[in-house]
Amino acid sequence: MAQTTAAKEPTIEQIADQKIYKQFGVSDSEYELICQFLGRKPNYTEIGVFSVMWSEHCAYKNSKPLLRRFPTTGPRVLMGPGEGAGIVDIGDNQAVVFKIESHNHPSAVEPYQGAATGVGGIIRDIFSMGSRPIALLNSLRFGKLDNDRVRYLFEHVVSGIAGYGNCIGIPTVAGEVMFDEAYEGNPLVNAMCVGLIDHDQIQRGVAKGVGNPVFYVGPATGRDGIHGATFASEDLTAESEAKRSAVQVGDPFMEKLVMEATLELIASGIVLGIQDMGAAGLTCSSAEMASKAGNGMELYLDEVPQREEGMTAYEMMLSESQERMLFVTEPQHEEQAKAIFERWGLHCAKVGKVTDDGRLRLFHKGEQVADMPVKALVDDCPVYNKPSKVPDYYLKNGSIDTNRYEQATDLNDALKKVLGSPSLASKEWVYSQYDYQVRTSTAVVPGSDAAVVTIRGTRKALAMTTDCNGRYVYLDPEVGGKIAVAEAARNIVCSGGEPLAITDNLNFGSPEKPEVFWQMEKAVDGMAEACRFLETPVIGGNVSLYNENAKGAIYPTPVVGMVGLVHDIDHITTQEFKQAGDVIFLLGETKAEIGGSEFQYAVHGLTEGRPPELDLETERRLHKTVLGAIQQGLVASAHDLSEGGLAAALAESGFGRGLGATVNFESNLRPDLALFSESQSRVLLSAKPEQAESLAAYLEAQGVPAQKLGTVGGDRLTISVNGHAAIDAPLNEFRKEWKEAIPCRMQ
Amino acid sequence: MKFAVLVFPGSNCDIDMLKAVEDTIQQPVDYVWHTATDLSEYDAILVPGGFSYGDYLRCGAIAQLAPVMNEVRKAAEQGKFVLGVCNGFQILTEAGLLPGALIRNNSLKFRCHPVELKVENANTAFTNAYEEGEVVTIPIAHGEGNFYCDDETLAKLKANNQIVFRYNGDNPNGSVAGIAGICNERGNVVGMMPHPERAVSELLGSTGGARMFASVLNAFASQAKAGAANGAGAR
Repeated sequence: MAQTTAAKEPTIEQIADQKIYKQFGVSDSEYELICQFLGRKPNYTEIGVFSVMWSEHCAYKNSKPLLRRFPTTGPRVLMGPGEGAGIVDIGDNQAVVFKIESHNHPSAVEPYQGAATGVGGIIRDIFSMGSRPIALLNSLRFGKLDNDRVRYLFEHVVSGIAGYGNCIGIPTVAGEVMFDEAYEGNPLVNAMCVGLIDHDQIQRGVAKGVGNPVFYVGPATGRDGIHGATFASEDLTAESEAKRSAVQVGDPFMEKLVMEATLELIASGIVLGIQDMGAAGLTCSSAEMASKAGNGMELYLDEVPQREEGMTAYEMMLSESQERMLFVTEPQHEEQAKAIFERWGLHCAKVGKVTDDGRLRLFHKGEQVADMPVKALVDDCPVYNKPSKVPDYYLKNGSIDTNRYEQATDLNDALKKVLGSPSLASKEWVYSQYDYQVRTSTAVVPGSDAAVVTIRGTRKALAMTTDCNGRYVYLDPEVGGKIAVAEAARNIVCSGGEPLAITDNLNFGSPEKPEVFWQMEKAVDGMAEACRFLETPVIGGNVSLYNENAKGAIYPTPVVGMVGLVHDIDHITTQEFKQAGDVIFLLGETKAEIGGSEFQYAVHGLTEGRPPELDLETERRLHKTVLGAIQQGLVASAHDLSEGGLAAALAESGFGRGLGATVNFESNLRPDLALFSESQSRVLLSAKPEQAESLAAYLEAQGVPAQKLGTVGGDRLTISVNGHAAIDAPLNEFRKEWKEAIPCRMQ
Repeated sequence: MKFAVLVFPGSNCDIDMLKAVEDTIQQPVDYVWHTATDLSEYDAILVPGGFSYGDYLRCGAIAQLAPVMNEVRKAAEQGKFVLGVCNGFQILTEAGLLPGALIRNNSLKFRCHPVELKVENANTAFTNAYEEGEVVTIPIAHGEGNFYCDDETLAKLKANNQIVFRYNGDNPNGSVAGIAGICNERGNVVGMMPHPERAVSELLGSTGGARMFASVLNAFASQAKAGAANGAGAR
């Protein structure tokens, strides 16, 4: 094998003798394995290619055994995990395509570009399936906002998401942002994209047809993002700052052109296979496309458009320059493809050929510079079953009684603290920077339980949300994992949708730590069980490990992105109270459960004990009942009870239209526990007075515990427990805390 | 009446604009590519929002050099109706079809939310179906919508009744005199930052923008009538 040309690159012997492969995260045993697959020692380009293909980010080598536990099929699933994104049937020859992906590590060192390119990457995953992207969501976690660095990260992550999504013209319609010390120094930036497609337009990333040309389209390849995938597969440390060069730079305008041209190309019917160049760039897209077709591929690197002079094979293969796509067509369609791209001002270059030898072979400056078996790159990365150990903190928490706290007596103040906690406070500061209305289909804008996007030309709409409470998952990964799925589904149901499927983003610390691996196992088990029970299979997702800061691992945060189908736009429901006189009902049972709650954190300054319990049978019945009530037209507003419990849900429901409420809650619990408990499987409904009786009768018939709480109206929020006033103040006082919490901290 | 919706590389409200024409006034409407050199078949030209050419330079500065813009200038001179929304407004100011400039929001942030607009001039081609002084809700979505002009231009705008919309209450971007939209002296060219094409359906939040489309249909009808009365073709 020819040694590559740049003199500064280590030689084959140096790589072996000095164990240079270790810098790329390749272990001694993996290096031995690579040598076996090649039948010789790898050169610098080859070890680079192997190292990214065998990184956690691309090969899921630490998480694969866990991912197999997820249910991934169902009557509506058209495509499960494995392609760019999963696809679910929504009837009438239409389908919804969606996926979530993380850009945590890049965002920790270069927040604007890290977040922006995270958005760009997930959009490419969607349109490379042949689907028109229709909405973006994001799930963000940061440290506490009283820290300058955290404010800097928060400000620039939001602006990076806005910068990319706004420019490309895809509305950012929903998401979540939470703040906790656990994420300091290692923010989580997960971006989700949802697209629409007709069944017959679905594309795959396959290199079909031996002898067919392989085309590269998009901007020229530069030296940015080299080893991004490897960087994402190791702990963040003080030295991470030096890896800013591993962060790519986004160009949303370019992606807009590539997107429009690609969709036009796909519509023309001449594409045999197409894949975006995301993590591990040209390497991953070429190897995966060849692998899925059972073929090989030759790449002629001199033909790859290059932004800089003197780029080596290694640099070109590992660059993660953005907005690039690789596709295969038959030779006679070359001119047609070129004409489509030229109309959009883009150049497409023939950079390779599909072969039948099952090898990925690279040619540069007249020489073959790498020759690797495709199967070894894509399928043969060793999979590790990491040791797992129950963490001490979990055992200790089992004996903590969270009801032992002294009773909070000033509950007006407690509600203000809860509503003014940035995790729960209004996110208007965030979403007003996002164009959430472009494409004029956003029927429910950010701020309700889930966003709802209409499908033009039909009566249907899609509800979408992301959810995960990292505190619950930390306190009990299995229960927390279940709750993440159940709460996402509850949000979809409250918006009038039938939950369809999920995409998940498993954000965890280092899997080398047995306690972290235990969290992963348990969380996946909990999620998988809930997915099976609620019939929402996992159609794709992403794993982000090594999320650590100086104090250790982040809270385990398996974010759930869920999409639901609203069968008729008349079913679209929001959380806000609609008018004075409407009758308020609470569905579900309230127990003394404040472990991991916002009340525990904001009022007592603690996160301890066990999180709320979840019974999936109860949850499923609740969903069926709420959706049934909505579809029968009995519901004016619906809001899921989550962080902040009943008190927060009542306040939030009133903020939308500035409507207060007077309610009395019958409970055998202490007022502070009754109002701030975060017991699961609860929903707040309101109904027009003339429909209140029908709703009550329906709820009873369904066997769902329900309590009539009171009525909407006035400018005060008055909540009594067993007839005794517990919270009573002008709604505006609460609204002010809630609305100003984030802007005040960001001034 | 036939409408053109211009499409530049990076336009992203083109679809919304086209659908708004179809949904509100059910008139024929085409996308017209930035390289087009003939707009003679169209009666109204709509320049949609987005990020033409990425707006990496001054917003609209590159788009105004596109071949189609010469045709837009001609159409404006002929008295045809031209509406620029958001990036479209920025393009019309860069093209010299409207005075002033749009600079960065004073908050330095992109802002997307509904705003209240006061109709200051209900005599333009795009506002004749509103009442003067009426307040309508239409959303904004821009990072550079801060209208700026010098005192002399402002005085002229006022004197000629060229201020079409002002923000009612909060000024979301720092615009001079709270200006949200203006017209040329003839009133056939209007530019505005808020998005009327996003305010044509109750389901999607408001219908405050729908009458802008009805207005231009009225204007076209009056123009045709006037033309007939003069015994000459309207165009």
